[in-house]
Amino acid sequence: MKRYFHNFGERVIEGVLTISGTVTSLTVLLIVFFLFKEGLGIFNQSPVAEGSAIVVNNQNPVKELSAKELKEIFDQNITNWKQVGGQDAPIKLFRIDDITDYYTEEQIGKDFEYLPQRLSEVVAKEPTIVAFFPEQYLAKDFQGHRINLENISVSEFLGGTEWYPTIQPAVQMGVLPLILGTLWVSLGAILIALPLGLATSIYLAEIADKRVRNLLKPVIELLAGIPSVVYGFFGLVVIVPLIQDLFGLPVGETALAGSIILGIMALPTIISVSEDAMRTTPRAMKEASLALGATKWQTIYKVVVPYSMSGISTAAILGIGRAIGETMAVLMVTGNASVIPHTFLAPVRTIPATIAAELGEAPQGGMHYQALFALGCILFLMTLIINLSVDFVSAKRKANR
Amino acid sequence: MNSIETKDVHLYYGDFHALKGISMAMKKNQVTAFIGPSGCGKSTYLRCFNRMNDLIDGVRIEGEILIDEVDINNKNILVDDLRKHVGMVFQKPNPFPKSIFENVAYGLRVNGTKDKTLIEERVEKSLRQAALWEEVKDKLKKSAFELSGGQQQRLCIARALAIEPSVLLMDEPASALDPISTAKIEELIYELKENYTIVIVTHNMQQAGRVSDSTAFFYLGELVEYAKTKTLFTSPKDQRTQNYITGRFG
Amino acid sequence: MSFSQNQSINNSKRLAQSVAFTIFKLLSFLVVAILIVILGFILVNGASVISWEFLTEMPKEGMTAGGIFPAIVGTLCLVAGSMLFAFPIGVLSGIYINEYSKDGWFKRFIKLMTNNLAGIPSIVFGLFGMALFVNRFGFGDSILAGSLTLGLLALPVVIRTTEESLKAIDKSFRIGSLALGATKWQTTSRVVLPMAFPNIITGLILSVGRVSGETAPILFTVAAYFLPKLPTSIFDQVMALPYHLYVISTSGTNIEASRSMAYGTAFILILIVLIVNLLANWLRRYFSKKVKMQ
Ligand SMILES: Nc1ncnc2c1ncn2[C@@H]1O[C@H](COP(=O)(O)OP(=O)(O)OP(=O)(O)O)[C@@H](O)[C@H]1O
Ligand SMILES: [Mg+2]
Repeated sequence: MKRYFHNFGERVIEGVLTISGTVTSLTVLLIVFFLFKEGLGIFNQSPVAEGSAIVVNNQNPVKELSAKELKEIFDQNITNWKQVGGQDAPIKLFRIDDITDYYTEEQIGKDFEYLPQRLSEVVAKEPTIVAFFPEQYLAKDFQGHRINLENISVSEFLGGTEWYPTIQPAVQMGVLPLILGTLWVSLGAILIALPLGLATSIYLAEIADKRVRNLLKPVIELLAGIPSVVYGFFGLVVIVPLIQDLFGLPVGETALAGSIILGIMALPTIISVSEDAMRTTPRAMKEASLALGATKWQTIYKVVVPYSMSGISTAAILGIGRAIGETMAVLMVTGNASVIPHTFLAPVRTIPATIAAELGEAPQGGMHYQALFALGCILFLMTLIINLSVDFVSAKRKANR
Repeated sequence: MNSIETKDVHLYYGDFHALKGISMAMKKNQVTAFIGPSGCGKSTYLRCFNRMNDLIDGVRIEGEILIDEVDINNKNILVDDLRKHVGMVFQKPNPFPKSIFENVAYGLRVNGTKDKTLIEERVEKSLRQAALWEEVKDKLKKSAFELSGGQQQRLCIARALAIEPSVLLMDEPASALDPISTAKIEELIYELKENYTIVIVTHNMQQAGRVSDSTAFFYLGELVEYAKTKTLFTSPKDQRTQNYITGRFG
Repeated sequence: MSFSQNQSINNSKRLAQSVAFTIFKLLSFLVVAILIVILGFILVNGASVISWEFLTEMPKEGMTAGGIFPAIVGTLCLVAGSMLFAFPIGVLSGIYINEYSKDGWFKRFIKLMTNNLAGIPSIVFGLFGMALFVNRFGFGDSILAGSLTLGLLALPVVIRTTEESLKAIDKSFRIGSLALGATKWQTTSRVVLPMAFPNIITGLILSVGRVSGETAPILFTVAAYFLPKLPTSIFDQVMALPYHLYVISTSGTNIEASRSMAYGTAFILILIVLIVNLLANWLRRYFSKKVKMQ
């Protein structure tokens, strides 16, 4: 009896352990599920703000506009119907407030009870009008037709160059500047961190004596432990003003500031991974080189570095991964302007910073909310690619040995 | 009476056929020695008796292994009960990072003994049996790692004895020890056989001659010859045995 | 044959080496200098802000005066909550991976997933925590939701340390125990875990450091902008040190006036990291000395 009880206990424990073992896998799957469930909702939705209507005169041949065209029209960058496939006539913009130009308050009614009627009349009267107003004021027998906006498509989302997720009359959900901004800042970071990190790891692995090494290692560990928000704060109060003064810029919050901070943050990863890789160089190989009369330095760059190349690439990839996903520090120092980056001396906006800055204001389940989750998906996929390539590189390294 | 008996035991490590049909019987209260060149399967065969091969992935065993007339690969046998019954001492001493006392008491505790006085008695008895008591009785609370290698090995023997097995398996128990410690272990084996069935793997032919009653010679996974130790060493029947004991290979 | 034949080649080889080594040395010390500058800057500027009042009072006057007490308490709650979740599951999971699971696709899958989880950016954890804990489970912005999110973030770290600590334990100890008739769990809990304990605990301490400084995962799951009272249940929102630092340095009511508060908060965050690292190093040394004595 006791024996069976005993055996039963072992089974229970094994069960508990197995369940715990699957928690991470389950989490990853859940993360994927929730990100994509919310994120994919953004597609095949009309970009017109919910509950709004966009209408034109019945005579107007234009039936469809893209979100981008609509924005350009309301920004008055497009001023003639010809530009969007209509007749040659100037576009007349109409927002709900403009109703007072046509009717008196009495004609509209104290509680706006005549407003739908009046709107209908305005649109019928003006052949070149485009009007934007809340859907609730759309009269049943409306004299005019509604413009359909093309739904948000994957290519528009990924390739669009404007990110105005909340503007009227139609939101602009182009994430290209954010993707490029993320890559841009990360690229800058790795350009700073890689040489510095490699030099340090070579120094630690091959040159420094044990005493110096024991001193430097904890310092680098400490660098890894500092919270990103502290890096961000340091960047904000030191690096940003420095850049502003140095380059005489109107603002110091630039891609460069982000890259510098991210570069510092990526250093510990790069140093420890590539140092570990260099330490695995077989002693015999190094000794063979030294015995042939090579100097220590020649041995390092002809034997040690080539031998640990895959480890060094892993370090670089991990460093980029760290930079791509970093949120707070970037949010605090890069200025967050969603423009396609062309220089390091201008503000940029990254994906993580966008999510962090905007999710708080996006109503749950709305289009903006979904778009931010879609950004989360993109970020997830980027880091997944990074993780898989690290796995790939290290698997290859194992196979080669 | 036979303490251990195997019938046509085959063992495979994946595709590798490591034991090829071994049948033999080991008598109660006798010392049986396994000899043979490295890699011939001595340890593998020994580990069959307490099913330590279960721990290795991809091992497959065929044939019958009886200990005290019970088939140990039967489904109803709980492997931890079996191992209580069949103690093992390893090549390298492997005490736990616990006190000397706790090392010996470990087997009792994991098998559910709670009675303090019983544990104390049993620890002392086992340490005496292992000829270690006099050397450690004043420092039972000290870490087992403070003992010398030879002492550690005797501690591991005491640890195995504490749960009162009926069979004691020893895989090259003295190969990591100096000559004096080795002599002590050999003496110990001689005394222990009064109460235990002992199977010992050794590379040392003199040792086999000194301590064992019967000797089995293995070669490439086969049992080549099994006889009284004296007979095997003085007049081996098989040419391969002859070659091995005269040092022509191995 | 004479050794001085290629004197000039030898000289240029030497020169190249000493130039290269000097550069490496300088760059390495630059890395150290960066750390010292960051630490020094914040510690020097923050030290003057630290006082008993700063540590024990509520923020006042639009967070330009007073203290950061609720943020300290909030961070303590979050660290405790997340560790309560991540530590047991992480250690059990590490035990499963290293001691119980058999080699095969399942083990490979779990390890791959754990690696992937470790690589997911913290803001994605924030999104996930918001979608699942805050909205789907209806915990709202709460200590519970924030702790679970942070706990998931810390999970791969705990698993990895546990796994590595267990891997470092020689197989002979397990075999010795099993041969005495101990069951697998008895072997694990009585022999293997006590030996791995020092390393596991060191890893745990380091992950406490990590969790206490994370901002992105708590942005939308728990952190309050300004909440001058202490939480009374796990369903309350709290302030937290890293979020507080973010808020008062970027979007406070008066950024200039709250700068000194920001230095003070950064000081405390750095202090936590320093203490955690020192503690971990000390433990490591303490335990390794103990092992050597044995
Ligand atoms: N875990 C394992 N997996 C695969 N093959 C194994 C394993 N253990 C042993 N073998 C193989 O089985 C054969 C027998 O090994 P075993 O350890 O039993 O030899 P042995 O006679 O004890 O040798 P030694 O005297 O060196 O201890 C060897 O060829 C060995 O390579
Ligand atoms: Mg062997």
